[in-house]
Amino acid sequence: MENIAPQLYTLLVFMVVGSIIAIETKNLLSAVISVSAVGFALSIAFLFLGAPDIAITQLVVEVLVLIILIRGTILLDNTAIEKGRDTLAMVASLIFFGMLLGFGALIFGSTGFPAFGEPLMRVSKVYVQTGLPATYAANIVASIILDFRAYDTLGEATVLFASILGALAILRRTGKAGEEVVSA
Amino acid sequence: MKGLSLIVKTISDFVVAFIIIFGAYIVLYGHLTPGGGFAGGVIIASAFILLMLAHGREVAFSKLGERAAHILDSAGALAFLLIGWAGVVGGYFFMNVFGRGEQFRLLSSGMILPANIAIAFKVASSLFLVFSALAIFRRRSFRSMIEGELR
Amino acid sequence: MTVYFLCAVLLTMGLYCLVAKKNIVKKVIGLVIMDYAVNLYLIIVGYKKGGVAPVIERGMNSSMLERFVDPLPQALVLTSIVIGLGVLALMVAMCIRIYERHGTFDMSQISKLRG
Repeated sequence: MENIAPQLYTLLVFMVVGSIIAIETKNLLSAVISVSAVGFALSIAFLFLGAPDIAITQLVVEVLVLIILIRGTILLDNTAIEKGRDTLAMVASLIFFGMLLGFGALIFGSTGFPAFGEPLMRVSKVYVQTGLPATYAANIVASIILDFRAYDTLGEATVLFASILGALAILRRTGKAGEEVVSA
Repeated sequence: MKGLSLIVKTISDFVVAFIIIFGAYIVLYGHLTPGGGFAGGVIIASAFILLMLAHGREVAFSKLGERAAHILDSAGALAFLLIGWAGVVGGYFFMNVFGRGEQFRLLSSGMILPANIAIAFKVASSLFLVFSALAIFRRRSFRSMIEGELR
Repeated sequence: MTVYFLCAVLLTMGLYCLVAKKNIVKKVIGLVIMDYAVNLYLIIVGYKKGGVAPVIERGMNSSMLERFVDPLPQALVLTSIVIGLGVLALMVAMCIRIYERHGTFDMSQISKLRG
């Protein structure tokens, strides 16, 4: 596919609209489902951008994100936000973030940033050329994450291990001796 | 009746095996086609999560016990670290010292295949564990809330 | 450049949700949106016009290698997505604990309550 810009713009506008709904809706269930729709659109965008590895991972992770978020919000019988919006604070923060976005666009636009569709690929050229002869792995991404840059994956496994351990420790009810820990 | 309706239970019993086979395919061919340890591990974890959602906690834990999941979690992480240390034999950490095999074959590319399998075990068991912790927590806290009201 | 700008809009919206909303679950959702924006930005930086996925097939000649998109951001984003899932599980666990202790998701009420 030569020109993917129309599809990409459509998906990005869909993602922005979905995020607005997710942020501004008053029902937490609607917010969770909207953010999941954004994630699935992101998966399709990865597929258009030539990254099937990431698309598969994003798709299956998104299903788990949806299940975990629903588990966290819906079953806790409090899915609606009753309080009205604080209009002044909302307008002030919107102005602030709009100015932040504008200045960021100015700064990024003035530097020599590579245009869309023309990556630099200084390091990756070596990986693409020597990936198959050096590691015998036909999938270049697999050869990078598990051979050239396996330290990244080791650190990632450590972070995942620590975060899951933290979640289990937070959710644990029984102490070491087996008695129920009284919470507050 | 625990879990969801009979239709959901029957279909999920039928589908779970295929989901696990698909996840294993994604893991094993991760170095030849798109996929890999992370995606395959999440797919396998989602099969067990489907079992837990459809049947309740006891059936899912009878297939993969909580203690076994803890052990698999740590064993996967340790196996990946050991694969890294095996490279020290050849010279440096994470050196690809295993036999390369033949290009475009399943048994090729040295340490990438065993590392994928180790990561898949780690990701699958840890995600299953954290989801089961979230599910169990809700049930226990709800029960204690009701008992507190009764008292 | 418009693609980068839309990514920045997504990131800023996530930051706004993280800072301005009072509900904790909304804050978690804002962090998830920021995660998506950063991942998409990295992949877009590595896209090459008319590029194909970096997977070598049998019998592919070396001129095809020139058409591959940048595989390095893909490798980084792959780890970033899974870390995002682990961090999300940790945050949801904290939210559930806070709800159990205070009976609400609202930040302003939680800071008022003591004990």
